[in-house]
Amino acid sequence: MLPLCSRVLLSHPFSPMSLMALREQLNMLVNSMYIEGLLDQQFQQLQMLQDASSPGFVAEVINLFCEDAERILTELTKDQAVVDFQKVDAYVHQLKGSSSSVGAQNVKLACIQFRQFCEENNKDGCLNALNVVKHHYYLLRNKFDTMLQLEQRIQAYDSKQQN
Amino acid sequence: MPIEESMESRDQFPVGMRVLAVDDDPICLRLLEALLRRCQYNVTTTDKAITALKLLRENKDKFDLVISDVHMPDMDGFKLLELVGLEMDLPVIMLSANGETQAVMKGITHGACDYLLKPVRFEELRNIWQHVIRRRKFERRCDNGPDGREDAQKSQVAKSEDGQGAADHSGKINKKRKDQSEVDEDDSEDTMQDNEDPSAQKKPRVVWTVELHRKFVAAVNQLGVDKAVPKKILDLMNVDKLTRENVASHLQKYRLYLKRLSAVAGHQASIAAAVGGRNPSYLHMASFNGLRNYCAINGSRQLPILGSLQQNGLGRMNSPMLGMHTLLPSQTVQLGGVHKNASNPCNDLGKIPGITLQGNHQVDLLQGVPMALELEQFPQPKLMQEAKSHLPAGLSDSGLATGHCSNSFPNVTNNSLLVQANKQHNQSGGLDNFSIVRMPSSSSELFEIDLQDVSQFSSISRCDGSWQGAVASTEYSANALPILAPYNYNDIPPGNVGRNISSVTSHPVTRTLDESPSIKAVAPLCNPTTSNGVNQVRLVSGNTVPTALDKDPKFSNFNIIGNSQQKWDYTFNPNAISSASSSSSLPNLRITDATAQCHTSEIVFSNKKMDVDSIGQVNFGSPLITQNCMIDKLTSDNQLNFKGEYAMGSTSLQSGLNSAGCTLDDLVNAMIKPERDEIAFADMDLGCDVYSLGTCM
Repeated sequence: MLPLCSRVLLSHPFSPMSLMALREQLNMLVNSMYIEGLLDQQFQQLQMLQDASSPGFVAEVINLFCEDAERILTELTKDQAVVDFQKVDAYVHQLKGSSSSVGAQNVKLACIQFRQFCEENNKDGCLNALNVVKHHYYLLRNKFDTMLQLEQRIQAYDSKQQN
Repeated sequence: MPIEESMESRDQFPVGMRVLAVDDDPICLRLLEALLRRCQYNVTTTDKAITALKLLRENKDKFDLVISDVHMPDMDGFKLLELVGLEMDLPVIMLSANGETQAVMKGITHGACDYLLKPVRFEELRNIWQHVIRRRKFERRCDNGPDGREDAQKSQVAKSEDGQGAADHSGKINKKRKDQSEVDEDDSEDTMQDNEDPSAQKKPRVVWTVELHRKFVAAVNQLGVDKAVPKKILDLMNVDKLTRENVASHLQKYRLYLKRLSAVAGHQASIAAAVGGRNPSYLHMASFNGLRNYCAINGSRQLPILGSLQQNGLGRMNSPMLGMHTLLPSQTVQLGGVHKNASNPCNDLGKIPGITLQGNHQVDLLQGVPMALELEQFPQPKLMQEAKSHLPAGLSDSGLATGHCSNSFPNVTNNSLLVQANKQHNQSGGLDNFSIVRMPSSSSELFEIDLQDVSQFSSISRCDGSWQGAVASTEYSANALPILAPYNYNDIPPGNVGRNISSVTSHPVTRTLDESPSIKAVAPLCNPTTSNGVNQVRLVSGNTVPTALDKDPKFSNFNIIGNSQQKWDYTFNPNAISSASSSSSLPNLRITDATAQCHTSEIVFSNKKMDVDSIGQVNFGSPLITQNCMIDKLTSDNQLNFKGEYAMGSTSLQSGLNSAGCTLDDLVNAMIKPERDEIAFADMDLGCDVYSLGTCM
């Protein structure tokens, strides 16, 4: 995670942090996410697709992903007493697809394991796996939040400078 | 769309190609849209299949290509696929997170001209325009000449043979065939008009609907397949507006299809056992457009997806399949991986999604074969003969996709998973010299050879030139991976015992030995083992869990299961390997714990050059089987007969290992010819520069 001072700084929208410093922070964050396995190569595709003509692409996709993921997780958290394995599997399959499209590696891997349990009709395994997926998802989501904040600030900076 | 605009956009084709993307997953759809735009296509998206159909029905000419997800809430992707194919006859590409063979097979059956795995990447989408061109070109031609369909057919086959760069290749093939057909054409009056101009208007073409085809098949059967002539078929069918040419070309396709079916029948089972790994390149091969009608009719699952396989001599797989109980699952991987760039027909094997062996499938496979045979009218042996000839590398004997008996390889369906798993296993236990050879495939899939038990290697890494006792255990697993593309060992962690190589490809051949003995002697090829040991090169996926390998002769890529006296004439084609780019560094092979475990076999690497540290010094153009050979301790049942062939000294590795005097060929031969009983490693010039045996023995 970011060092404490950065976190504090981030909370101040108009902090004097330079554009360069912001960029550096963002890079470091993203790199750390790659290294820790939160993100994989696919995320690079997203980064590649962001350009002048679509400056908010990464943010857009991340937001879409988070919305969708949380929707699915909510559904999965319901009705834990009786598990409809097929239904659960379908949801997890969805989540796996979207997480893999985004490059959310850990989440994707957790989904894969989750599906194993579904296939085995293993209720406890499923419940467990759900927790694992959530764990990884929220971890990722936190970092995504920071990432997007940084990006926003960087872009604000840029547009400010242009004005 | 004004004519000028459409003409113009078509002139710049593929720029401006109009794609309709359908996916209920908003993230994927958005991503797809962005990627397609980046390819400069004209993109329309919808998250509902029904909307998509509506759009398409409104105006058939509005789109050039459809990309659709398989799993959609309102309509099954396959259904959409069929409908689009029937009604609009547009090329449809399927998209799915599920890369299992069955799923891919289904896609092909239903007529998809390609099947991509999610997450989809830019590189893959860049090439999809070729589907449009191909379809256009050959549709037009088939209206005009009896050979048109055949060309289309062959071009599809050609395409399937080389997923990525097919356009040029198939273009050439088509041109060649077209020339031939022009010469042979009977109906010379049916000149090919405007065939070459893709921007010409679409001519009304006959859509071979299910009904029509059924009539056709009935007529053909009535007349007798061999005796059926277009004119008579036409009469029997009694359909308006059907011309003799239509029937003729359809008949040609049908005949080819039947041929493939019978050849494929035997492979069907093996393919079924293939692992649906994530390897787009493999999926690219499945492009049997013309056959989809047949498939619809046929109903059988025996899709000639393997038609190309047949041509590649996979027909022979039946024989080894029937007799074997040990296979080299990894061998399939090899095929897949290595020959991508080579003209080696084995190339196509690699295209088969995850052809790997699964122990528990063996029985199924065997059963599948005779059944398949019964179903087909064509004599199997004949086809196999043909097929045989096509496989110079003798891969036919390889246990490709033949159900490996007792080994159950967990299928790794996700390469990244493998990578991930691999990485997670990375502990530096001594194997710092390992580098994973990367296959220079366009799909950028890696074979990650995860040499396990690295920690034990250090003890073995004494390259005195002889591995006596080092790999003398009864359990060897030689990784036949080397045959595949060059492997760069990076971060090969000592990992778990029993896991030799993780292949990060769609061929997750995973075998993990329960025993952790880890004599992983690389270059098993050089190891003549005593009756006990079996050198096996194993591809182990990161996911692998130790299977019951100990019970059975560890499969080796080269199917060198000691016990089975397989006579495989596998001739490794080093050329294929060499094409696999020299960028790969030699994996560092380690022999683990040689002293401890390898008592049974005497793998003698007499080459004094075996120098762990000299990895990479030898420039292997080819992946070097040796590199990936891990000699694992096998259970007592396993007997690898490393006969004289393993004498690396007698061979000379093709590229790079010259100094070693070993050829890849020899290594492979060594691996694959277990029948000889002499283990003559005495003077092996292993040339183990490749081996990163800590200390060569």
